[in-house]
Amino acid sequence: MMQAFLQRANRFLDLPIGLPARFMLLAAVVLLVATYFFPLWNLTMFAPQYPEGLRLDIYSYTLVGGNNGQDVKEINVLNHYIGMQDLVNESFTEFQWMPFVIGALGLLVLRSAVHGTVVALVDVTMLFVYFGAFSLWSFGYKLYRYGHDLSPEAAVQVQPFMPPMFGGQQIANFEVYSYPRPATYAMVGVIALLLAALILTWWQRPRRELPVAADRG
Amino acid sequence: MNRQNRQAWSRASALVVLALIASQCTPSQPAARRAGSGVQSDAAVAAQKTYVAPGDLDEYYMFSSGGHSGQIYVYGLPSMRHLSTIPVYTPYPATGYGFDDDSKKMLGDLTWGDAHHPALSETKGDYDGRWLFINEMNGRIARIDLRDFKTKQILGPVPNLHGNHASSFVTPNTEYAMMATRFSRPVPNRVVGIDKYATEYKGIIAGVKIDPQSGHMSLAWQILMPPFDYDLGDAGKLASDGWMFFTSYNTERATGKLEVTASQRDQDYIAAVDWRAVEKAIAEGKGDVIDGVKVIDPKKVPGLVYLMPCGKSPHGVDVSPDGKWIIGSGKLQGVTTAFNFEKVQTAIRNKDFTGEEDGIPVLKYESIKDAEVAVGLGPLHTQFGTDGWAYTSLFIDSAIAKWKLGTWEVVDKAPMSYSIGHLAAAEGDTVSPDGNYLVGLNKLSHGRHLNVGPSQPESSQLLDITEEKMKLLYDAFTEPEPHYAQIIKADKIHPIEVYPREENKHPMAVWDLKDTGVTRNGKKVLVKMIAVRSTLTPTSFEITAGDEVTVAVTNIEQTTDELHGFGLLDYNINLVIDPGETKTVTFIAKKSGVFAYYCTNFCSALHQEMQGYMIVK
Repeated sequence: MMQAFLQRANRFLDLPIGLPARFMLLAAVVLLVATYFFPLWNLTMFAPQYPEGLRLDIYSYTLVGGNNGQDVKEINVLNHYIGMQDLVNESFTEFQWMPFVIGALGLLVLRSAVHGTVVALVDVTMLFVYFGAFSLWSFGYKLYRYGHDLSPEAAVQVQPFMPPMFGGQQIANFEVYSYPRPATYAMVGVIALLLAALILTWWQRPRRELPVAADRG
Repeated sequence: MNRQNRQAWSRASALVVLALIASQCTPSQPAARRAGSGVQSDAAVAAQKTYVAPGDLDEYYMFSSGGHSGQIYVYGLPSMRHLSTIPVYTPYPATGYGFDDDSKKMLGDLTWGDAHHPALSETKGDYDGRWLFINEMNGRIARIDLRDFKTKQILGPVPNLHGNHASSFVTPNTEYAMMATRFSRPVPNRVVGIDKYATEYKGIIAGVKIDPQSGHMSLAWQILMPPFDYDLGDAGKLASDGWMFFTSYNTERATGKLEVTASQRDQDYIAAVDWRAVEKAIAEGKGDVIDGVKVIDPKKVPGLVYLMPCGKSPHGVDVSPDGKWIIGSGKLQGVTTAFNFEKVQTAIRNKDFTGEEDGIPVLKYESIKDAEVAVGLGPLHTQFGTDGWAYTSLFIDSAIAKWKLGTWEVVDKAPMSYSIGHLAAAEGDTVSPDGNYLVGLNKLSHGRHLNVGPSQPESSQLLDITEEKMKLLYDAFTEPEPHYAQIIKADKIHPIEVYPREENKHPMAVWDLKDTGVTRNGKKVLVKMIAVRSTLTPTSFEITAGDEVTVAVTNIEQTTDELHGFGLLDYNINLVIDPGETKTVTFIAKKSGVFAYYCTNFCSALHQEMQGYMIVK
């Protein structure tokens, strides 16, 4: 029984990816490339004194403040009163490995698209999901640390807090909103395309039990 | 494409649609704006309440400090119209202030001042409309006579006292105005390294005696205080009459990066000074003379000063109209504290102390406080209305909280645009507040006025506080930079419109054209001049280079608004002489040649003809 299942699975894994699925993978590569040009996440803070809001876009490789970068400086000036560490590119190691990983994953997807078998597609899908999950955790952990590693000498002592990761929250006089931006949706799109390619290939797999050797045909 | 293919595509695109919907979630505006809330009253109602028809008069005067402009701005309420500027610490060519001999002498070497807290003179704790006092950071305090809205005296820079911020709060019968240091330094001033700050640097609280008849100010005494930064103050009244309260921060006695080092302790102090006891001690000959001033060290003379612990870095301290409560606002917290004066007295009697600072007892916080009122973030100052209503400005929340004395319940909050500092209610710091108007003196105004470049005006917002909810009536914009302001019922002030001729006792005044002319005494030349529509007489005069010239100009008009000017070109001289007034200017005639003088303040149809020549041989 078990063995039969594994055999069936192996047969499927060894199948080549169908042509429509390959186009989906190419589209996924395009989406991955697109993530370089759009922010992954956005944090926006409103206060009575900041009715226009202070905006912070997070790309896979840099922080970009609204108002030509001034907003990040303003956020850091405000945060220093409560002893929060500065938001600067240097403290995000993610910015060093994320672009590289996205590029590497892109190459793997491209490889599957060009001469891939299902196994290659499964591998790259798993890797991508893992990468996405790890990145989200990393982002959340970063937020947690920023909200908790407050200088004990700060002028204004506030309770350590977890900034919102998804949604809005009132922190002191600030309304803070945190939402994903296009690059994250592109990533979700990539995963969707990878899964769709997989499902499509599954649906289009040969229905009749053929000799194993014939599978490669 | 087969059916399954289509299914896969449609599912994938459903995900994309979901993602796009989610992407709409970051709002473009803060919640309050989206909800359209705020203290907007109906525009038509607000317009009616603030509209003062042409020719009609306002109900109140507001005297707004001009901050580092060194001036006082006079507003009419409820129209919020700027009526005039009173120059105090800064030359002001518009009125000739700082150009004539008397005002030049009063200003001394300083041509700027940082004026923060106006204090109207009081009788029995109510404004009496006689004088207006205002402090200045360079250790000075000034008196403006409200009979003519002119600066009459500048006291200081007084010895020992550096950075006169916690000033000029008057006592209920204008016995004293107060001065206290924001910057401690060695007393007497000498070179001592900053490393010895905690022990060798001293703060000073000074009492300035005010003559009840003339208003003349004289330095009466000083108290040697620990090197804290004394910030604001208020005089006790009725129940607490005889006491003075000053907030202080940096009780850490820190130096360097104060925004951090002076924000370490959770509580700092309000210094409570029994000024009647200080007066008595001075009368008994206590204290040492330092730099010509009688200075009392509380370590040597106990029973004069007590420290009331107050939440983190308190800024404002304000005594309730009945004098029962002292409201102290820790600017780095979310509550304002109401101290009970009776409990303070009991704690002093029972020696309910938790420690001392340089020999000054520290009272036990729990024993003297009645309530911590959760007004909001960054509470600064409190003003009062009728029926025990209190209004506290919140810098960080950028709002005003309305709450009740006794029940301590916060009932309303009005957003301010933006970052409110002081606030001023109509007679709101007296024993009988009027409870109708409240002005928020905001630090930021961005986006609420026509753009005038980077040097933005401040904003003063008028609120109606006659109803349960505060209502915003009007946005006014002021030059930099109002700190405190006071609002007094207009019928309490009775200014003159001309200086009566019979009161002019100036030795160089002349009232008859034939008395004008030049008299010489060696190198000293006196030019007696008359200004009247539309001639400056003499119309020319001759002197010799190197002469010390005094021009004494008398405006012999007795008609309202007939001001004349005396502008002397190339000599940096511009007098403005009010009707019935005599002003002098003394200078060395360094440059030879011909120099025109003329009337600078438009006076009449033949104003342009009102001119003459000074010929320097």
